Amino acid sequence: MQTARPLLLGALAGLAMGGAAGTANAVEIEYWQYFFEARVNAMDQLIEQFEAANPDITVVHRHFPYADYRTRVAAAIPAGEGPDVVQLFYGWLNDYVDAELIQPLPTDVFEPAQIEADFFPMVQAMRRDDAYFALPTAVRSLALFYNERLFEAAGLDPDAPPQTLEELVSYAEQIAETDGAGNLTTVGITMGMTAQDHHWFREILVRQFGGEPYADDYRTVTYNSEAGQAALDFYVSLMTEHEVSQIGFMDEPQAAFRAGRAGMHIDGSFRIGALERTRGLPWRVAELPAGPDGIRSNFASYWVNAITTKADAERYDAAVRFMEFVTSPEAMDLWLEVVGELPARTEAALTDENTNDPVFGPFIRGLEYAHATKFANESDQRGEMMAMVDRIVLEDQSVEDSLAQAAEAEQAILDQYYE
Amino acid sequence: MLAQDRNRQIDRPATHRVWRTVGFPIWLYLSWYRSRTIRQKRVVWAWTFLSVPLLFYVVIRFYPTADAFWLSLHDWNLLSDMEWAGMSNFGRLAADPEFWQVFWNTFQYLLLGTPISLVIAFTIAYYLDQVRFMHGFIRALYFLPFLTTAVAMAWVWRWFYQPVPVGVFNNILAELGIAQQPFLRSTSQALPSVLAPAIWAGLGFQVIIFLAGLRAIPQSYYEAARIDGVSRLTILWEITIPLLKPTIVFLVVFSSIGFLRIFDHVFNMTTNDPGGPLNSTEPLVLMIYDTAFNGFQMGYAAAQTVVLFLVLLVVSLIQLRILRDR
Repeated sequence: MQTARPLLLGALAGLAMGGAAGTANAVEIEYWQYFFEARVNAMDQLIEQFEAANPDITVVHRHFPYADYRTRVAAAIPAGEGPDVVQLFYGWLNDYVDAELIQPLPTDVFEPAQIEADFFPMVQAMRRDDAYFALPTAVRSLALFYNERLFEAAGLDPDAPPQTLEELVSYAEQIAETDGAGNLTTVGITMGMTAQDHHWFREILVRQFGGEPYADDYRTVTYNSEAGQAALDFYVSLMTEHEVSQIGFMDEPQAAFRAGRAGMHIDGSFRIGALERTRGLPWRVAELPAGPDGIRSNFASYWVNAITTKADAERYDAAVRFMEFVTSPEAMDLWLEVVGELPARTEAALTDENTNDPVFGPFIRGLEYAHATKFANESDQRGEMMAMVDRIVLEDQSVEDSLAQAAEAEQAILDQYYE
Repeated sequence: MLAQDRNRQIDRPATHRVWRTVGFPIWLYLSWYRSRTIRQKRVVWAWTFLSVPLLFYVVIRFYPTADAFWLSLHDWNLLSDMEWAGMSNFGRLAADPEFWQVFWNTFQYLLLGTPISLVIAFTIAYYLDQVRFMHGFIRALYFLPFLTTAVAMAWVWRWFYQPVPVGVFNNILAELGIAQQPFLRSTSQALPSVLAPAIWAGLGFQVIIFLAGLRAIPQSYYEAARIDGVSRLTILWEITIPLLKPTIVFLVVFSSIGFLRIFDHVFNMTTNDPGGPLNSTEPLVLMIYDTAFNGFQMGYAAAQTVVLFLVLLVVSLIQLRILRDR
């Protein structure tokens, strides 16, 4: 015991001094995102390029499972730990700004007017007063995936996908197959508010039938209108009247499409990677069909990067340079190649090569008229869409009543959030 | 001032602080320990070892429990500061029709699950107890589902329930010329459909416990009854079941708590619309999960947790009261 004490004290004292002495010239910043393989790969490549161009900066890249990503960020930054540059979903911006997790981007480097000239308009949701708080590298939109083989089997031309909702229904009717008992064995088009259909309904169908889904910066629900009813009528009729689809067919819409049991399927650009890995599936992509008056619309969503309040002094400068790099056109090109997500800058996106690309083209053309819903609680708001359709399909409620009930319930979610 | 002097000035208070906060208490403790008797030293060691699990329970169990009660009186979205909310979370809960539906669902799991599973388990155990041929093998077969992960089992059953091109059950129905059943896509069939694999999963455990209980009944009672010429039904009713009471009490309480806390089966069988369709399968635990980790309304979720805690407490107390002694 007598000899152990000085040793212990010496070790502790050494530890304390080591902490004070460790200052070097190089700056180390941390970058956090959730784990999605393609994005982690893309970011690793970007960091490599960035470090080669900025030898004085080291970027430590850390990623976490999606399930606890938000919790970790929320716990780390206020404690002065964690990332200097962080990835977040565009819908979380309000929460992050209010909680002072992120700070505005410097307006001399990220000039708002310049950003608005260069980026797709939906990025403007990231602006608060005179500054931008976050910027995306890439954006995602929706398109119509279709199965070439089923088109041909139904005598349809795979080079001429449906251009209008009317054509969509008639194509679906020709593709759908039933067994002797009348049970669907192949659906014309997949259906399910659980997947992307709730976006299709809100931002696309409601607008195409002449309505507006929300007003007041997405704080007021306005789809409980004649247009909304027509849109919902159209959606439900795919299952009830035309009998070309079934909710829950093969468990999930994307599973039915990948199994070759669905002629058409509306999904996001993030599905491209999974479909490319599906062997023997002759899939193609088309722009979403236009509405009765020729209106086209689309839904876009995106992940953004922002500088956290933890970054100060030289780490802040390094973080600004890193942000500049990951929002550059070169980074966006790499991202498109590795992840398959579309460039957020119009110039980088709307090249001839991209717009004529058979896969990316329809998504990129959709970006020009896309809307990004500002969600208060995406999963609950989606839940109201599911309940709305289930009440009609399972409980024989009228379209009119169910729509009114859904609008009221979603408004309550928004009120609760913005109160 | 020279750089060397500056360093010394910084270092000395740092060393001193380490000594004051860590070294000095250790030194004080060691000198106190050295002057104890052997008996006292033994007590110190006993408490040293006891303190580890005790500390673990306080930090991992009791502190979060107490914190949940505290949290239920606040509004907190994980990011901002906690705001005092008083009883408003509980008021909101009472006024939420979804909560009452979920509350009723939870009791449906309990009221259907516990008696059905116990009757089936007892029947199996009762007859299995009389079988000698391949007894061990059959028992192992019944126990197997208990060893399987709930997630894998739920997904397999979920596919069983699918409509025609995929689902086994509906394919059989279609072969027989019977109309398809919606199962998980129906507000009335979904809850029993989710409950079935949950009962099946717990069956093996209950059978084993019943078997142990049956074996523990002294044979002399049965011999005496047989000498008196009592019917088998009377033996079952008057001897077997009353003497199994401790086993039944244990299983009723244990499985009730299990059904009241059902989550993994429901969540995995309805991932696309957790607790759906139209909340018809949603149990309280799933609502808590959704409120906390999708809605980030931690205070409201904590209030639901408090309600679940009270329900579990009351149900367990009532059952112990009724079943134990009369």
